[in-house]
Amino acid sequence: MWWPVFGLLALVLLNLILDPGFLKITLLDGRLYGLPVDIFNQGARGIVLALGMTLVIATGGVDLSVGSVMAVAGAVAAMVLVQGGGMLPAVSAAMAVALLAGAANGVLVARLGIQPIVATLILMVVGRGAAQLITGGEVIVIKSDAFAFIGNGTVLGLPFAPLLAVALLIVTHQFLRRTAAGLFIEAVGDNETAARFAGLAAGRVKGLVYVFAGFCAGLAGLMAAANIRAADSYRMGENMELDAIFAVVVGGTALTGGRFLLLGAFVGAVLLQTLTTTMYNLGVPPAVAPVPKAILILVVCLLQSDHARRWARGLINPKGGAR
Amino acid sequence: MVTTAASAPLLCLRGIGKRFPGVKALDGVDLDVRAGEIHALLGENGAGKSTLIKVLTGVYAADEGTMRFGGDAVRPRSPKEAERLGISTVYQEVNLLPALSVAENVMLGRQPGRGGFIRWSAVRQQARAALARLGLKIDVDVELGTLSVALQQMVAIARALDLNARLLILDEPTASLDEHEVAELFAVMRRLREQGLGIVFVTHFLDQVYAVTDRITVLRNGALVGEYRTAELPRLDLVGKMIGRAVNDVAGRDADLPRPDDAAPAVVEASGLARAGALQPLNLALRRGEVTGLAGLLGSGRTETARLLFGIDRADAGTLHVKGTAVRMKSAREAVRLGLAFCSEDRKAEGILPNLSVRENLILALQGKQGIWKTVTRAEQAALCDRYIKALRIKTPEAETPIKNLSGGNQQKVLLARWLATKPELIILDEPTRGIDIGARAEIEALIGRLRADGLAVLLISSEIEEIVRTSTRVVVLRERRRAAALEGEAIEPAALMRAMAGTNGEAGGDA
Repeated sequence: MWWPVFGLLALVLLNLILDPGFLKITLLDGRLYGLPVDIFNQGARGIVLALGMTLVIATGGVDLSVGSVMAVAGAVAAMVLVQGGGMLPAVSAAMAVALLAGAANGVLVARLGIQPIVATLILMVVGRGAAQLITGGEVIVIKSDAFAFIGNGTVLGLPFAPLLAVALLIVTHQFLRRTAAGLFIEAVGDNETAARFAGLAAGRVKGLVYVFAGFCAGLAGLMAAANIRAADSYRMGENMELDAIFAVVVGGTALTGGRFLLLGAFVGAVLLQTLTTTMYNLGVPPAVAPVPKAILILVVCLLQSDHARRWARGLINPKGGAR
Repeated sequence: MVTTAASAPLLCLRGIGKRFPGVKALDGVDLDVRAGEIHALLGENGAGKSTLIKVLTGVYAADEGTMRFGGDAVRPRSPKEAERLGISTVYQEVNLLPALSVAENVMLGRQPGRGGFIRWSAVRQQARAALARLGLKIDVDVELGTLSVALQQMVAIARALDLNARLLILDEPTASLDEHEVAELFAVMRRLREQGLGIVFVTHFLDQVYAVTDRITVLRNGALVGEYRTAELPRLDLVGKMIGRAVNDVAGRDADLPRPDDAAPAVVEASGLARAGALQPLNLALRRGEVTGLAGLLGSGRTETARLLFGIDRADAGTLHVKGTAVRMKSAREAVRLGLAFCSEDRKAEGILPNLSVRENLILALQGKQGIWKTVTRAEQAALCDRYIKALRIKTPEAETPIKNLSGGNQQKVLLARWLATKPELIILDEPTRGIDIGARAEIEALIGRLRADGLAVLLISSEIEEIVRTSTRVVVLRERRRAAALEGEAIEPAALMRAMAGTNGEAGGDA
């Protein structure tokens, strides 16, 4: 759990060396500006996705469709707005579609017993196509200021999207701790058969985490569309499912399921976004950008691996005096 | 084969010691295994058997002591090195690849070939030869997973027995075999003994020790108790040496077992309960304050009965009444809500949540019963853990320890506590003492008696006839998925049970 925090601190330190003004935040017209604010603003979607992904991964599954569901939700909201619908219908329609998509994944995995990676791959492909169908393949421009608030608004000077993401983190965390949901998810992820034999509704637990992941994807889609004031069905949410999985893994939740770390995933998502922003700031060309990201993920994963740690300890402190 | 009795030991360990942080796992242990002998290595859990085997196979390095093999001082530093010396091991869980063919499994990692290409004809031929050495004629092209567990075990032995193997270590190979399969395995072991191999045999089943071994080495708490000739060591003495105290409660019925009372209310009453391929129509009444023993060989339909009663599988026919109300049991969840509990025989696959804590494992069924909203509070959880860790004498550093770090016996106690916490009216125990040490067994048997006295209905499934005889007020014997006999009171005695289990031809005791 602490490794991603160390990673984040190291990255911030590196940034401070390269640019002493990195952490500088200024208040202008009742609104905060600065790189940290940008990181949270741009990272909000990743955080939200990572929350949903954490619970799916905790049950031993994975949801590859969240990026596409983001695009669908964004497209639906944009079309409702374009056709003169208000803010509320746009948001509700988008979220309803996202929840439906999550439920579809849940049924495929929990009811029909399809491998999560395959089941969600279907919607990953179909969803992207559906989003393009909805928008007619065009980038739909959003004019509603009320809607754009989701992506760009501020509350008391603080950016709204990150606030929403943090609020979701807190609510989810509290829900999992104050009800038995957290225990049920970890039980099903650790040993599904044993959980079922103990009288848990294992299928329902497995299905519902996909619905939650769908909810998170819908919310992230709204944030993305509102942020750029447009629904781009080709690019929106592209590769975001992979970033979400990375954030969860970097945050210390094992892909094998069981124990999960919601806060770890949050830190992981912030870490990834910090890296992205750093590279953007350093002027690293976008084509090369994935390389440092891959290195970071590798390093954090190695730090978490018992094998690698033992090996490293052996290098530093070679006790094998036998030979 | 008899001529080898006086020969020098093939394997000779002297004064082996192994220390782990805070524990002395082995202390001055000797072990002699002669060529052409089957040598039982016995002891309770924690006696040091597995540590000793790991020293033998090079997984651990001993801190002190000497090891001679075939007359030479050796010190294997890895399983590979031990294998090169001629020490092969087959572990309890078959470590094979079910989707590959038998030939591939036998030859994996040492396929004959040239220039990176495998010569498949030679693979098949050598695999066939390795199996023939065990007296087995298996089609080497079939997928391993299609074979019975027993045959898979034989394939594992064939794989372990490199051509130069002189010592074979079998670590609880019989845990998942039925009696017929065990007999097959023993035939293979005897054949290898005749070929001059030394065999170390680790098992929990005393019947098997007396059926197949020549000598016994007993360990207790990491120290050597002694080495004995099997034929000269009475069973009671052996048990006494293993648990370190004189035993007088090994056989015989519990004196204060009450007489069965047909008027006692039935918690669960099944009539004509059946499922195709699993169970022929069965009538069964499980009453309050009674222990109903369900006896039978593996495959006789015992576990299938439990699964039908608990809603894990659905019945095709018959009716089920719980406390007088007709129910259709559709899921384990429903069974738990109705006051039933089921401790599965497969602790690892169907019981524990290995990475979760003792506390979480313990409260799981209760929390499941209460649903997601009505949580068992932290204080209640702490109280439950405290109560059951004390009452069942669960040995765990603390309630937050992951359950996988506990010994098998203690894991089983946590699972029992998981169910007792739900305050069940019927508890189904499927092989509750399988694979756990004798001390814990006695405690679990005592617990069964207490539950009965408290007015619970208990359904006890066990392969250990003595366990059923000691604790049951009634016994139902299953054979070939149907009821073969029902006994109660004094009629419950081992010979009668075995006759019923074996069938009318009365082959009872033939294997003991």
